Amino acid sequence: MLAAIFDWNLAVEAFPQLLVAFLKVTLLVTVVASLLSIILGLVWAIGLRQLPAWLGWPLRLFLDFVRMTPIPVQLLFVFYGVVVFRPRVDALIIGVIVFGVHYSTYMAESYRAGIESIRSGQWEAATALSLPATRTWRAVILPQAIRNTLPSLGNWTIAMFKDTPYLIFIHVAEMVTRAREFGGMKFSYIESFTIAGLIFLAASYPTAVLMRKLEKKLEY
Amino acid sequence: MSTDETTQASAAQQSEASPGIIFEGVVKRFGDHTVLNELNFHVGKGERVTLIGPSGSGKTTILRLLMTLEHLTGGYIYVDGEPLTHKKENGKRVELRAKQVAQTRKRIGMVFQQFNLFPNMSVMENIIEAPIHVLGKSKEEARGRAQQLLDQVGLGDRGDAHPTQLSGGQQQRVAIARALAMDPEIILLDEVTSALDPELVGDVLNVLRDLAATTDITMLIVTHEMQFAQDVSDRVLMFDGGKIIEDAKPDVMFSNPSNERTKEFLRAVL
Ligand SMILES: Nc1ncnc2c1ncn2[C@@H]1O[C@H](COP(=O)(O)OP(=O)(O)OP(=O)(O)O)[C@@H](O)[C@H]1O
Ligand SMILES: [Mg+2]
Repeated sequence: MLAAIFDWNLAVEAFPQLLVAFLKVTLLVTVVASLLSIILGLVWAIGLRQLPAWLGWPLRLFLDFVRMTPIPVQLLFVFYGVVVFRPRVDALIIGVIVFGVHYSTYMAESYRAGIESIRSGQWEAATALSLPATRTWRAVILPQAIRNTLPSLGNWTIAMFKDTPYLIFIHVAEMVTRAREFGGMKFSYIESFTIAGLIFLAASYPTAVLMRKLEKKLEY
Repeated sequence: MSTDETTQASAAQQSEASPGIIFEGVVKRFGDHTVLNELNFHVGKGERVTLIGPSGSGKTTILRLLMTLEHLTGGYIYVDGEPLTHKKENGKRVELRAKQVAQTRKRIGMVFQQFNLFPNMSVMENIIEAPIHVLGKSKEEARGRAQQLLDQVGLGDRGDAHPTQLSGGQQQRVAIARALAMDPEIILLDEVTSALDPELVGDVLNVLRDLAATTDITMLIVTHEMQFAQDVSDRVLMFDGGKIIEDAKPDVMFSNPSNERTKEFLRAVL
């Protein structure tokens, strides 16, 4: 019965193509863009707290704007904006930057919540010891805040993973797009989409395990 | 001269000779709620002064102003003759820059009611953090001094423990050691035993008694432990409504206060 709908030969044929698309696009974009957003998100969160008001509110405005506009729109906007000046630009780089900046605004919110969960007594103790601001952040606040933030950073990374098909808006074909093309060519979608799903799963699961390990390591 | 006048005279002499802390016309408002209005007082170098008074009279606010945890609405605070957050310049009140404030603040240490140890660091790390990164001590030097202080507070073998593994009384003793590691000239103690189970209070107070007996550190104390206050204080200030309503030596304050409000307050707490 299953054999009638599911053609194993097609699955075997699809696998190497999809794996390559996964590694070269989906994984690459997710890894680089999530690193970018993890760093940028932290910069935003510290900035929101540390900057004087006249710099703080434009930053807040920018972050809200980026967070509240859809990724496909941002991809198109940035891509065609850049193409005007640099016609040969690599769309993959645009993709990484847009995904990184977009998700950094979510991560900034997560960091902010983590930072705000630190009791005021911690800041006050740091002041009473005359710790400079850099040291207060690095040694006192962030180690505690990031521990609270880590699970949601992991979730945003997985959300980004699942948004990568939007890259087709700037003509980058990642794994899901390739699976659809493959299915369209062979008049059967189930094999290629099953393989794509399994590849996703095979990559997310170790990521989740790794995140849990990291959380354990940050415990005190 | 009455006892009262003697006390006042000696206190004034002491603070004029070597003013450790001076409050001059200090005003503190939260919104439109005035907590301190034109408050003046001196604490001499090495003097131990306890602040008593009803809840909401502004005792904590005074310590927090000294620690620069609150913004000074009006007036001036001097530490060792140096302006802490504001100075007079050509008859104008000028706010000092953060760098200058930090310089003076280093002379002051504070122990909090809630300990406020850093939970992500071991006991040892809590104590050496500021000596290394603020005073620029080497790690070895800071560790040596920290070990000495831990021995002094009776926790010589708990350096590797994390704060969460300690009792409240032990945490508070670590917090005292952490403040002392900065070699402050002034230490501020705000109800440091109020969050402790009764059976743990004694150890903490003994550490502080020991500190009072063996050092010449200036101590500004807010406490409900009246016996302790009587034992360690040179002077007791009774606050009410953000004003000092009585200033006396502890034996006078606790046995024969002159102000009616003080009598009433002490009857309630003793
Ligand atoms: N951050 C704040 N915002 C608004 N009001 C405040 C703040 N901190 C203190 N107050 C007010 O200032 C007044 C003095 O408070 P403070 O904590 O100095 O009193 P206290 O003498 O230490 O009292 P207690 O014995 O209860 O500790 C109180 O009326 C309090 O409500
Ligand atoms: Mg108080």
